[in-house]
Amino acid sequence: MERSQISSGQHLLSVLRDLYESYGYTRYKMSKFEEYDLYVRNKDFLVSDSVITFTDTNGRLMALKPDVTLSIIKNGSDLPGFVQKVYYNENVYRISKGTHSFKEILQTGLECMGDIDVYCIFEVLLLACRSLKRISDRCVLDLSHLGVVSALLDDLSQPREVTDALLRCLGEKNGHELQNICCAAGVAAEKTAALTALIGLSGTPKTVLPQLEKLYPATLDQTPLKELKTLTALLESTDCADLLRLDFSVVHTMKYYNGVVFKGFVQGVPDSILSGGQYDHLMKKMHRVGGAIGFAVYHDALERFGKAEPYDADTVLLYDETTPPETLLHAIEALQKSGAQVSAQRSLPEKFRCRRCVRLKDGEVTDLG
Amino acid sequence: MAEMLNVALPKGRLGEKAYALFETAGFPCPSIKENNRKLIFENAEAGVRYFWVKPSDVAIYVERGAADIGIVGKDILLEYTPDVYELLDLRMGKCRMAVAAKKDFHDDLRRTLVVATKFTNIAQTYYTSRGRDIDIIHLNGSIELAPILGLSDVIVDIVETGTTLKENDLLPVETIVPISARLIANKAAFRFKNAQMDAIVNSMAKQLEENA
Repeated sequence: MERSQISSGQHLLSVLRDLYESYGYTRYKMSKFEEYDLYVRNKDFLVSDSVITFTDTNGRLMALKPDVTLSIIKNGSDLPGFVQKVYYNENVYRISKGTHSFKEILQTGLECMGDIDVYCIFEVLLLACRSLKRISDRCVLDLSHLGVVSALLDDLSQPREVTDALLRCLGEKNGHELQNICCAAGVAAEKTAALTALIGLSGTPKTVLPQLEKLYPATLDQTPLKELKTLTALLESTDCADLLRLDFSVVHTMKYYNGVVFKGFVQGVPDSILSGGQYDHLMKKMHRVGGAIGFAVYHDALERFGKAEPYDADTVLLYDETTPPETLLHAIEALQKSGAQVSAQRSLPEKFRCRRCVRLKDGEVTDLG
Repeated sequence: MAEMLNVALPKGRLGEKAYALFETAGFPCPSIKENNRKLIFENAEAGVRYFWVKPSDVAIYVERGAADIGIVGKDILLEYTPDVYELLDLRMGKCRMAVAAKKDFHDDLRRTLVVATKFTNIAQTYYTSRGRDIDIIHLNGSIELAPILGLSDVIVDIVETGTTLKENDLLPVETIVPISARLIANKAAFRFKNAQMDAIVNSMAKQLEENA
């Protein structure tokens, strides 16, 4: 795995902050707590429905935030022609997929909400691509459009449980089960073939779009297809063309999401590290006018695969009990002037790794290697 | 040169049969056939590395990215719901997940049904979909003992031929889902090793068609 190329930690936070601020996104700072009721009303929007709760001093049931987007939507305002652009660095509290226990997860993300247009969607996609590029030069952004997927599924005129099962198959790239479900539900052969082909579509817009046009019936609403083509053309005209892919296994719940949905991957990390999409349905559900699109970068996924520190300390200065504190401070400051980060110690544990080790004896600093 | 493709194979007969499919697909590794206790085998020329893994652990290796692809039973996918792509039904290792009970079992709907199983998630999902209230007892082996000793009313387990059930005076009473081996892939690796994975899926699908 090419872990060394992955950027993470404080450096990444500041790089992403600079990126988002350069496009006019302002920092959104929020409390760690939120009323539990907000999450009960929008349970399906959450990655996991388990939430840490506690009773506040006034008797209200509160929750440690499992999500950031809901809080931002709740606090926004609607003005025609205006778009609220915010970014955040916040901890959320969720059940970790690996350990099945609660974990504090640092998320950086942005939300663009209000009277959004094609440019807003393009800008968010561009910032998602550029976020990935700042994490690793070996990255991809997989883009899908739920308008395309839902048009194909609605065209089957099947009950909700069947379309939900088909959507799950799409997310798993599970062609064999999709065919079984279509067969059992009596879906026409050509429609089954179109959905099976959709599962197989994965690659650059140049290779995927012509195939998508072929399988997408002319009788269906062409708006989502046109939007997808417009957005991919815009992204291909930027420095992010090389990392863009279309893949319809990127699916989010259609109850909240509607337009483009996307996931970002970097080589060497086994899960997606960025996830986002357009969620006009959620805005409507929360009585907001207009649409919204946003994404989040998951720092926990990067932590393990980020660049490993080769040393426990940069420079260690060894001294003994006879060294006067003033002499020790002078020696430390002299080393700091040459750019060293100095840790003063009287002894070191076994296997301690430092870039440079020096000893201070009788006012003299000698190199130990 | 293309990057090394890491493949998790389940130890045992199913793994050996699955390896044959990979070999025909152009990813041979002759050293894997040597009779020794090694767990990792590599063919740098073919760009492939195989691991022998406990069958129930294959999905974990793939989900966590230690392996790019793997072969796993549908029972494991249903039980642990790993976040992976399920690319192909290999139509091998066929069996079924079933409810079994003593010959004289009668489901009394006035009582909570006691179910013993290794597959608690599958059992829970199945009975929830039927609106049946159950009490699950998780066991790790010799599940057939549970109804005989009165520990449970029924068991949920994998049934291949039904011989074990028969020898313990049990009968399969309902089939929950048919089971077979599946080719799974890590979602991130699918983006970066797409050409190799496509070649494998296409070749395996063709081999399965020919042998159908």
